[in-house]
Amino acid sequence: MSEPLIKTVHLKKYFETSRGLLHAVDDVNMSIFPGRTLGVVGESGCGKSTLGRLLLRLIEPTSGQIFFEGEDIVQYGGIKLRDLRKKMQIIFQDPYSSLDPRMTVSEIISEPLIVTKTVTGKKAIAEETARLMEVVGLAERLVNAYSHELDGGRRQRIGVARALAVKPKFIVCDEPVSALDVSIQAQILNLLMDLQRDMGLTYMFITHDLSVVKHISHDIVVMYLGQNVEIASSSELFRKPLHPYTQALLASIPLPKVNRGKIKRDVIRGELSSPIDPKPGCRFAPRCPEKRDDCVGQDIPLIEYSPNHFVSCVKYM
Amino acid sequence: MVAKELLRVEDLYVMYKTDMEEVHAVNGISFTIREQETLGLVGETGAGKTSTALAILRLLPDRTGRIPSGNIWFQGKNILEMDHEELRRLRGGDIAMIFQDPMTSLNPVIPVGQQIAEALLLHNEEGLTREQIEDRVDETLELVGIPSSRKNEYPHQFSGGMKQRVVIAIALSCNPRLLIADEPTTALDVTIQAQVLALINELKEKLKTAVLMITHDLGIIAETCDKVAVMYAGEIIEYGTVEDIFEADKHHPYTVGLFGAIPKIHEETDRLEQIEGLMPDPTDLPPGCKFHPRCKHCMPVCREKEPPVFQEGDHLLKCHLFGNSSG
Ligand SMILES: Nc1ncnc2c1ncn2[C@@H]1O[C@H](COP(=O)(O)OP(=O)(O)OP(=O)(O)O)[C@@H](O)[C@H]1O
Ligand SMILES: Nc1ncnc2c1ncn2[C@@H]1O[C@H](COP(=O)(O)OP(=O)(O)O)[C@@H](O)[C@H]1O
Ligand SMILES: [Mg+2]
Ligand SMILES: [Mg+2]
Repeated sequence: MSEPLIKTVHLKKYFETSRGLLHAVDDVNMSIFPGRTLGVVGESGCGKSTLGRLLLRLIEPTSGQIFFEGEDIVQYGGIKLRDLRKKMQIIFQDPYSSLDPRMTVSEIISEPLIVTKTVTGKKAIAEETARLMEVVGLAERLVNAYSHELDGGRRQRIGVARALAVKPKFIVCDEPVSALDVSIQAQILNLLMDLQRDMGLTYMFITHDLSVVKHISHDIVVMYLGQNVEIASSSELFRKPLHPYTQALLASIPLPKVNRGKIKRDVIRGELSSPIDPKPGCRFAPRCPEKRDDCVGQDIPLIEYSPNHFVSCVKYM
Repeated sequence: MVAKELLRVEDLYVMYKTDMEEVHAVNGISFTIREQETLGLVGETGAGKTSTALAILRLLPDRTGRIPSGNIWFQGKNILEMDHEELRRLRGGDIAMIFQDPMTSLNPVIPVGQQIAEALLLHNEEGLTREQIEDRVDETLELVGIPSSRKNEYPHQFSGGMKQRVVIAIALSCNPRLLIADEPTTALDVTIQAQVLALINELKEKLKTAVLMITHDLGIIAETCDKVAVMYAGEIIEYGTVEDIFEADKHHPYTVGLFGAIPKIHEETDRLEQIEGLMPDPTDLPPGCKFHPRCKHCMPVCREKEPPVFQEGDHLLKCHLFGNSSG
């Protein structure tokens, strides 16, 4: 495989709260390869968005390194950071709140062009805006529409066009389809996949929807309370999940298949524990059906159990 | 033997009328739910699912919500003709409802145990004493997997999944004949969703409650329902047993589109089938079949005439494609 476009090494982000240190991202090591999609899955609050924002340098890591095209970008500032910002973009979940309702579609899409001086001159900006609208499938007649007049799918298309405006290499997609109906979700997923194929984009795709993540990702990271507990190619992960949490997650998906005389699925019990000052050891242990004495006490390293399949669980050590 | 009919909705219309516009939310739907049966109502945002549920409980907003026509029979009585006292006994008594956001049903400043007790007192036909009620509260909490020792805690001390379980506990405390669950797990993570769905399935067997399960998730439908109604633009465009909906050969093009649009966990698909276009505007619905502007099989008749209902056993299809055959 080629060199990763993005790589994190012992990446951590702790937030100070009144009740203690909240370990939002706790020692994450992962790579994203050019032209590929890394899916990030896990339950609410496990640190997915925080990880995405760290990669984009929207928040500062507590410690650890982030390599982009081989360079550690954690110390970047000034012009270097500004240039970096053009190479990395984000698309948010909520197409409702992430767009300014007082701006027209063309104003929203052209703003990053103007701010970053990617294109200059009124005519060129208008042309580029029109091109971007076409790329993401927004009808020309909508140029002067206000975003609040549009439906969720179209608003998400605006979000995509805006992200594409600066010709980035890497886009963090943070739950971009979670607020959309399935028929519209399919339209946006297809658009994102077409753009990747045509422009060689690299994605980090954050979602809690396992069928969506399987469909769009080449590789998948499973997170639990700030840690990556398993990484594998998408097909490998669904064929052969190793971590008990991944197994529980996959078993929890309601399948659109009739299954009369339903065998009761073993649902895992309990809930996510607190990310504040967690004790060393596997964070999943309190809910794990296979818990052993050595699960707690010391942190469990992520090991390469089989080629390109990484897992952090005492069972495999 | 076929179970007794519990709820029958007949040609129901719901609309919202404001100074500015008229929203046609539900446009002539009919269905029945038999005792102990679970009917799934599936459809995308704005299809009219919640409006249907609110109409059944007469909970539509006073000033704007209207039921221009239709009947809703519950155990032989027309809910649309009930007086205040009858409605009070119906809601939270014979029919209970769970919403997507558990906080719609919970009071943030009252301990959860007390909220269950109040629900029990409100419908205390058996004349239970204070002590008996406390015991019932404990049992109810344990039934939904929450230790009764936590009954003095407030909702905010519980996670989303636990709050939803408290809501279920309250809903079931009065032994309703029918439980209406409107997207009960949409706000929850999958592992917690699995717990809540397993709980609903378990309680429904134990307490013999019928369920109207409202969701946009076909997976949840397959796992919980006996019968399924697919809604689009305020109409039921396909109805049948889960087998009819998930395994039969004939389907409404919209149902086909819905299945094509969801990524499959156990199959490789390069590209999702997408339904082109958008849901129609409920203030300005298209003539003929409401799905025709998005339909791949659209014929001239679809633009003009409302499709008839084609029936094959329990399986109903509202589409001109099947209009001329008779099964
Ligand atoms: N600015 C902040 N200050 C304090 N805590 C924070 C901050 N941002 C995030 N957190 C906490 O960090 C943890 C991870 O949050 P994050 O938003 O990354 O989760 P997520 O996986 O994206 O969840 P979701 O699926 O709900 O979007 C949570 O416990 C959250 O409450
Ligand atoms: N209180 C209301 N006032 C006006 N329109 C409403 C109101 N509630 C719902 N609607 C409209 O009625 C239609 C059906 O909505 P709803 O029953 O909530 O659908 P669903 O639950 O299937 O998403 C939608 O177009 C919605 O915008
Ligand atoms: Mg998030
Ligand atoms: Mg609804």
